[in-house]
Amino acid sequence: MFDQLSDRLQSTLSDVRSRGKLSESDIDSAMRDIRLALLEADVNFKVVKAFTKTLKERCLGAEVMDSLDPGQQVVKIVKEELADLMGGTGAELAMASSGPTVILMAGLQGSGKTTACAKLAQYFKQQRKDVALAACDIYRPAAVDQLVTMGRRAGAHVYEKGTDADPVDIATWALDRAREERRDILVIDTAGRLHIDGDLMKELSRIRDKTKPHDVLLVVDAMTGQDAVGVAESFAEAAEFDGVVMTKLDGDARGGAALSVKAVTGKPIMFASTGEKIEDFDRFHPDRMAQRILGMGDVLSLIEKAESQVDEKSAEELEEKLKKDQFTLEDFLTQMKQVRKMGPLSGIIGMLPGMGAMKELKNANIDERQLDRTEAIILSMTPAERADPHLIKGRRRKRIADGSGTRVQEVRALVKQFDQMRVMMRSMANGKMPDPQKLMRMSGQMPKQKVRRR
Amino acid sequence: MVERLEHEVDSGAVPAEGEAIRDRLIEILAEVASTARAKIDLSAQPAVLMMVGVNGTGKTTTIGKIAWHLSKEFGLSVVMGAGDTYRAAAAEQLAEWADRAGAELVRGQAGADPGSVAYDAVSAAVARNADVVIVDTAGRLHTQDNLMEELAKVRRVIGKLIPEAPHETLISIDATTGQNGLRQAKVFSEAVEVDGVVITKLDGTAKGGIALAISAELGIPVKLIGVGEKLEDLRPFDPAEYAAALLAD
Repeated sequence: MFDQLSDRLQSTLSDVRSRGKLSESDIDSAMRDIRLALLEADVNFKVVKAFTKTLKERCLGAEVMDSLDPGQQVVKIVKEELADLMGGTGAELAMASSGPTVILMAGLQGSGKTTACAKLAQYFKQQRKDVALAACDIYRPAAVDQLVTMGRRAGAHVYEKGTDADPVDIATWALDRAREERRDILVIDTAGRLHIDGDLMKELSRIRDKTKPHDVLLVVDAMTGQDAVGVAESFAEAAEFDGVVMTKLDGDARGGAALSVKAVTGKPIMFASTGEKIEDFDRFHPDRMAQRILGMGDVLSLIEKAESQVDEKSAEELEEKLKKDQFTLEDFLTQMKQVRKMGPLSGIIGMLPGMGAMKELKNANIDERQLDRTEAIILSMTPAERADPHLIKGRRRKRIADGSGTRVQEVRALVKQFDQMRVMMRSMANGKMPDPQKLMRMSGQMPKQKVRRR
Repeated sequence: MVERLEHEVDSGAVPAEGEAIRDRLIEILAEVASTARAKIDLSAQPAVLMMVGVNGTGKTTTIGKIAWHLSKEFGLSVVMGAGDTYRAAAAEQLAEWADRAGAELVRGQAGADPGSVAYDAVSAAVARNADVVIVDTAGRLHTQDNLMEELAKVRRVIGKLIPEAPHETLISIDATTGQNGLRQAKVFSEAVEVDGVVITKLDGTAKGGIALAISAELGIPVKLIGVGEKLEDLRPFDPAEYAAALLAD
């Protein structure tokens, strides 16, 4: 998501930064580039026009012109305006002061509402809240079954009355039950509906009027094109939603919808869904996303992800091992598993600052399958072999290759690479930073298994 | 297209006034949108159709509509394969459509290998001498290499059972999708041979203009359009009608 926009903005801004003093025509030229980049990212043209106007005004003001480092100021302004475009520091969900917090989900067909309901449930369960879901989609075949199954997986209670009851009645009944059973959260799933379908939009309004939700969330597919704006405006009128859940952000769509919706409706993106698994769901931080798009990384999110996976004690133990050169393949396997639990590596790379500049690393196409093979090789080793890989010769090597479904060359390469890495990590642990060129060469050494195409 | 129109107006082939220019533009758009291969090939017995596409684009609903049309309008017997073994209640959803369309359903256990369900569905169609078998697949983003590989595998499994099958692989593209639709069609057709596009949700406000790009750049014709959530809401693609709608206010 946002890859193309990110590349172009970073290229424009690095040009601006390299110039020292900036003339008005320098600013004009940068604004033109930015305008084009946004249009090509599918951002609504009205939004682009307003955005570049504000940007230009700020950039031609004293803030930039009188500054010692005008280029840096421009970057700062672009980041702030981009963040504001998506929702500023991100709004919080309104919570109930007593009784269940009611969250109403709405959106077009296929946008990902039901999956988002289950993910929201999981999100709140992690905060130890008691969550209930209401199945108000009586139109889509098996929609109730889907919510029941996904809701159960997330550990939520699902209130449903099959497909014969009226959705408004189901919603009010569910709210009564949520109150009686003292649930903390009630998420109401609704049927996908066209913003131009008068009857269904009225139904949505009635559900809202009867259940008085604390939050109404519009679920938007991140691949939506120019149509996103019209859809959002109509839903804003009928449902007065408070925030947006962006789904399918793990695609490679240009992301224009994400950037246009808040600008047009004034409502921020609150959550981002980045995959099909139930954990692939996070609060959306517009300022962090703006940073990532501009190549400044998102260290906060990276730290949060890492913290949730690593406990401090084992991290300290690891550091000791690295220093004393006692790091084994067993430890490497543990580390790799922990890192992989943080999500696909391609997503994490985007969170590292400066990745924009290190284009080769970004395009290195981290092959998850290669990691699978590495894992398989280590798993085929005996504990003794993992502790001392130099034991691995001839017959052992063949056994490991056969056991992991790989080739003898790959096993040999893994051991060699691990040795080099151990030496490098020992010096890192003792305070010396590695040479990035060496890193690149090393990662290039793992023999890649060619994928057999049809 | 614009260049071509400009040239025609400049050379006097098209009169330089609003109405005529607009009409000619519609004709040109329709030409770009149509190809000779817009028919769906049902000559084999059984004819095997496979539906692919990104999550939420309307694959399962489209299968229901196709099955209904084939059975009601042409009196053909249809078997459906519940090849989405990933999403919660996906088989139940297709079962409901099978019921409404008067088709038979072949399903596996939740989490079963999609290739094996496809195999079972096609085998069942052969055994029962059915006219058509339609295989559903799980929605997947084209950015997920392993899932594209899985799709290729399902296709291979079907091909091993009946050479030349699937005879029609259709990709569903949501009309509201922006430029990404072209990417989707390209990547999916690299994994499996996509024979045609179904543009879905055209009853909304989106016009599905990306279909033109898919047709012109990838040579993949639009064969069907989805215009609602009911069984009847499926139409063959009409390039002239589509072009006129594109330019309508």
